[in-house]
Amino acid sequence: MKALMIGNAALARGLYESGCSVISSYPGTPSTEITEEFAKFNDTYCEWAPNEKVAMETAFGASLRGKRSACCMKHVGLNVAADPLFTMSYTGVNAGMVICVADDPGMHSSQNEQDSRHYAIAAKVPMLEPSDSQEALDFAKIAYEISETFDTPVFIKMCTRVAHSQSITETGERVEITKEYVKNPQKYIMAPANAIKRHPFVEERTAKLTEYAETSPLNRIEEGNGENDFGIITSSTSYQYVKEVFGDTVSVLKLGMVNPLPVKMIKDFAEKVGKVYVIEELDPIIETHCKNIGVEVVGKEKFSIMGEFSQKTIAKAFGLADKENVCLDTAVPVRPPMMCSGCPHRGIYYVLAKNKITVLGDIGCYTLGSMPPLNALDMTLCMGASVSGLHGYNKAGGQETENKTVCVIGDSTFMHSGVTGLINIAYNQSNSTVIILDNSITGMTGHQQNPTTGYNIKGDPAGKVNLESLCHSVGINSVRVVDPYNLEECERVVKEELAKNEPSVIISRRPCVLLKYVKPKKPLYINPDKCRGCKRCMKFGCPSISFRDKHAVIDNTLCIGCGVCASLCPFDAFESEGE
Amino acid sequence: MATKNIMIVGVGGQGSLLASKLLGRLLVDEGFDVKVSEVHGMSQRGGSVVTYVKFGDKVYSPIIEEGEADFIVSFEKIEAARYIKDLKKGGTIIVNTQQIDPMPVIIGNAEYPANVLDEMKEKGVNVDDIDALALASQAGSAKACNIVLMGRLAKYFDIPREKWETAIEKCVKPAFIEINKKAFELGYNN
Repeated sequence: MKALMIGNAALARGLYESGCSVISSYPGTPSTEITEEFAKFNDTYCEWAPNEKVAMETAFGASLRGKRSACCMKHVGLNVAADPLFTMSYTGVNAGMVICVADDPGMHSSQNEQDSRHYAIAAKVPMLEPSDSQEALDFAKIAYEISETFDTPVFIKMCTRVAHSQSITETGERVEITKEYVKNPQKYIMAPANAIKRHPFVEERTAKLTEYAETSPLNRIEEGNGENDFGIITSSTSYQYVKEVFGDTVSVLKLGMVNPLPVKMIKDFAEKVGKVYVIEELDPIIETHCKNIGVEVVGKEKFSIMGEFSQKTIAKAFGLADKENVCLDTAVPVRPPMMCSGCPHRGIYYVLAKNKITVLGDIGCYTLGSMPPLNALDMTLCMGASVSGLHGYNKAGGQETENKTVCVIGDSTFMHSGVTGLINIAYNQSNSTVIILDNSITGMTGHQQNPTTGYNIKGDPAGKVNLESLCHSVGINSVRVVDPYNLEECERVVKEELAKNEPSVIISRRPCVLLKYVKPKKPLYINPDKCRGCKRCMKFGCPSISFRDKHAVIDNTLCIGCGVCASLCPFDAFESEGE
Repeated sequence: MATKNIMIVGVGGQGSLLASKLLGRLLVDEGFDVKVSEVHGMSQRGGSVVTYVKFGDKVYSPIIEEGEADFIVSFEKIEAARYIKDLKKGGTIIVNTQQIDPMPVIIGNAEYPANVLDEMKEKGVNVDDIDALALASQAGSAKACNIVLMGRLAKYFDIPREKWETAIEKCVKPAFIEINKKAFELGYNN
């Protein structure tokens, strides 16, 4: 069957058709839909794990038992899973195992633009890189074959444009694969005496995979018609841009396997075409390899080491003319993303900003609290860093900071890696106040369940971590719950907890307004006779409220009737028609 | 056939996803090679969003660059201005005249530029403006704005109306088919 599929859905289909039976992942843009799509198949097991390390080890366990498995994550998630990765390279697999990692050049939804290919090289694990949805599906099948033939986990590396672009994909049938589990301590117990014998295996495997890369259909040469007297080595989405600009007028070495890279194939290609350009997003991985094997290429001096490419980037680098267009003289104000109308995070941020509290932040929708007019955040680093960072901040700042600094972390992020930081606060006793923004879902990535929601990836009832009990049991005595729609309560509790001489946790609890079960109320409206134009409500930063003709007005297509703004108005100008 | 490029631009949450789904479905059924590209994640939260739809005999790049779009469908007025640089010379931009203030305007750091459509017209751009919100409400739901705009876009295509309607039937939940067909018709005929 042929269908228009995003790269992530095609990859999920490819994993499924390959007989993948277990997937464990942690959501992260642009990787999330691989697992979500896989969860739609009935005869397989699929889950959200608390974090990427747990996910990768779960997939490893499934492979060990004899079922093809996978785990999926975004590029920064691979940092979290790096520990099992490097040693799984030594143990190899039983049934095939695939690690799907999605990079985000241009940082559409990420805190950095690290290049995952470094991990493949460092861990000595092969990596395939599809350039569209059909390849994503096909490469999944090849990845499992490589995994079992060469006894190694295999990476499939996506990027935002391949992950989220739809192209026509032909699907096939599923095969079932089961391997027997045979106890093999020399292979699977990586104590020094065994690991030292596995390292030579890894090096031999890389040599064999390099040989494979020379002739594998994953890497192919598309001969040009001779119009251009140079050749291009490229991969992933950059291949599509090269073809868009040059069509068949240039010879292209298209690499589908980016680790290990072929040697002879590249040398032969360079000899044939003469001048070679390497076009790859982010770091010069292919370029460096070419130079290491003595092939002269032009790369990063012409094509940026930063951001996303496009056909325009490439045309420009080759001095081709810009396309004709029209530009306006009027400046258009930016439209950055922001917290939604009725977002429960806004209330707690309003209180923190009003009281000029230093706020160490974390990863999620609530990073948007850093935007004007709230400007509520001081730091965002990585998953969980708010909690451990606050501990360090207060150990360094002592009494000067303890009573006016908090951290904020979402429920899912807290489960991912915030709880370990909280254990450190309790164990090493810093007078820190941690605010858990519990909106009962993993928000930013598009509503995935997590261990605190009580539901699994399929939406069925599941185990549920009780945040209050968890905080108590790691040694936090003062645990309070507030409703972020109640500004007065939030302000009072934040002040009380900051004043205490002990670690404390405030759980700011209200579900994300985008959840289906959260029914919006009737929009509020502003009585223009009462509104004096003081703009106090504008400081709340709600996208539903704007200012026209000396009065605040509410956009009734956006307002969900949360009513928090009404509590800010000294003139009772906000009125509602009830439920 | 040379590749044709359509951009759908607007504000996160306005329903551009359904519009691109509809187009993708229609164009695949018409036998074209099709690519549809959008960015998920953080930018969806009320930010400026853009979707690319490309079709032809063979489509390579999933994205549309400056001066390449044959059509731009803008769900909001200043989003039209933001992306007009991407319109090909001689291309057409369909604009919903709805105004949604971005945060810099809400907090008073910037003015909403009200006359961008006039400036476009002065510069010779084919601007097809339409109050899609009013027509959508007339059809029965303000949310059907996206389909009103698809109705307007359909006027520029040789593909028969029935094919668009079949695609609507395949893309929306049964309960909303009638409203969306009505919205499509209002966009097509007004």
